[in-house]
Amino acid sequence: MSELSELYQQVILDHNKKPRNFRKLETANHSAEGYNPLCGDQLTIYINLEDDQVKEVGFEGSGCAISKAAASMMTQAVKGKSKEQVEHLFQEFHSMVMGELNEETEENSLGNLKIFAGVREFPVRVKCATLPWHTLHAALNKEAQVSTE
Amino acid sequence: MSAGTLITPDAPVSTTWPIERIRADFPVLQQTVNGKPLIYLDNSASSQVPQVVIDRGSIYLEQEHSNIHRGVHYLSQKATTAYEGAREKVKRFINARDVRECIFVRGATEGINLVMHSYGRKFIGAGDEIIISAMEHHANIVPWQMLCEEKGARLRVIPMNDAGELLIDEYDGLLNERTKLVAVMHVSNALGTINPIKDMIATAHKYGVPVLIDGAQAAPHMPIDMQDLDADFYVFSGHKMFAPTGSGVVYGKLELLEKMNPFQGGGDMIKTVTFEKTTYADPPNRFEAGTPAIASQIGLGAAIDYLNSIGREAAAAYEMELLRYATQKVSAIEGVRIIGTAKNKASVLSFVIDDIHPHDIGTILDQEGIAVRAGHHCAQPVMQRFKVPATARASFAFYNTKEEIDVLARTIERVIEIFS
Repeated sequence: MSELSELYQQVILDHNKKPRNFRKLETANHSAEGYNPLCGDQLTIYINLEDDQVKEVGFEGSGCAISKAAASMMTQAVKGKSKEQVEHLFQEFHSMVMGELNEETEENSLGNLKIFAGVREFPVRVKCATLPWHTLHAALNKEAQVSTE
Repeated sequence: MSAGTLITPDAPVSTTWPIERIRADFPVLQQTVNGKPLIYLDNSASSQVPQVVIDRGSIYLEQEHSNIHRGVHYLSQKATTAYEGAREKVKRFINARDVRECIFVRGATEGINLVMHSYGRKFIGAGDEIIISAMEHHANIVPWQMLCEEKGARLRVIPMNDAGELLIDEYDGLLNERTKLVAVMHVSNALGTINPIKDMIATAHKYGVPVLIDGAQAAPHMPIDMQDLDADFYVFSGHKMFAPTGSGVVYGKLELLEKMNPFQGGGDMIKTVTFEKTTYADPPNRFEAGTPAIASQIGLGAAIDYLNSIGREAAAAYEMELLRYATQKVSAIEGVRIIGTAKNKASVLSFVIDDIHPHDIGTILDQEGIAVRAGHHCAQPVMQRFKVPATARASFAFYNTKEEIDVLARTIERVIEIFS
């Protein structure tokens, strides 16, 4: 079960159990809803964007451990970053879980998001990890709804 | 005998089921997945194909492949004979009165859409009502919603209780002079419930209302008898009953089929064509435009032969025994809740675990070689009814074993451990 323990690492399980920033932001000026029809994962991302900087971010919804932990850790990672930095991080995260970026040997700013590298061994679960990011991207760019079908 | 009465939790225990010989008939079961023997518990989605069915498809492709109903040449006649032979097998399998009542389609979904287009659009209009049930698969919801939207008709829904059984009194109350069709499933893919369709059909007939039965989950697991049930339409898929994908059947009473519009237009469904006017062929050809999935439908015929050879009632009794064993094993695990606890159930075990998403359960089971379905089972209203986003579902066939269920139960315990 080594690949499995790569996927369900303690940090991921912890974020699943106690998701951070798991709340609706009443003051949000950007939000979007994400949906994965394959498994029924559904989440809403709320952002307070000021001068192109993520001041505050929150999410709510229901989903599997991977999507919930990915959303939770994403909110921590993007807080305080500029829109451009967030988009860059999204690209790196996406490349990593698609197996296109080696997070150990290639330069990146993923930090503790590297923990999701194990997802690439589970191709059907990649969408679970990227759904929050796609939704965040949509919120930043004012698309109302995304689906990862 | 009615189909439902054969498969009860009190059915006699089959101790003589030749499981080793049966398993040897299915090449796909001989493989390992992630280094573990494959444990295939996703039979409600698609069941596996025995060697005799594979062989029959190969014979067609190697020796008979050509188009049906057209050529005077040798191969076309061979193909036509094999294809129509499969239709004859279907007729006997469901005890239809006439072979013309058996239309070949790609699967149950296409079958329901056929009835919606050919019957519904002709005979259902503004203000009319269509009754479905709360446990339907999307395939038996969406086509009727589309029709209702087009015609200004109204969809009525038979509710169910917390065990996943339809509230039959409510059903009786929904029937009235505006009702033009009842469309319900025989066996629930999400819950396993076997619905009392014989009684439900009889009730609808008191109002002169025809009934469509979605038999996708019933045909593989229990004898079905059109004369006994008196269904007006009955649809099922080949790939859920040990045949290839692309095969399936709409049974329709001949007197209904004869007054229905064609489904699709094209070759093989006409009598004569001029640019001024086309006259349509009689059933079943009227509903089979274009070249069908010949190899798959011949495969369905071979699957029927196979089911008959192993004994459908004995297979059903064995599956019942598996369900009983699995229910007992899985429900004994702390934190596991079974969704769908009807008294009369087929071999489907849907379950949820507190605070663990079914998708995570599915991934961990897969690592142990266990194939289950995790999701909403194309029955989102059922998920909403039980207030769960999704379930994990183990569904059994007569080639599964109690040892496989032991592995399932052990691995579910491991899932809980990982997430604890």
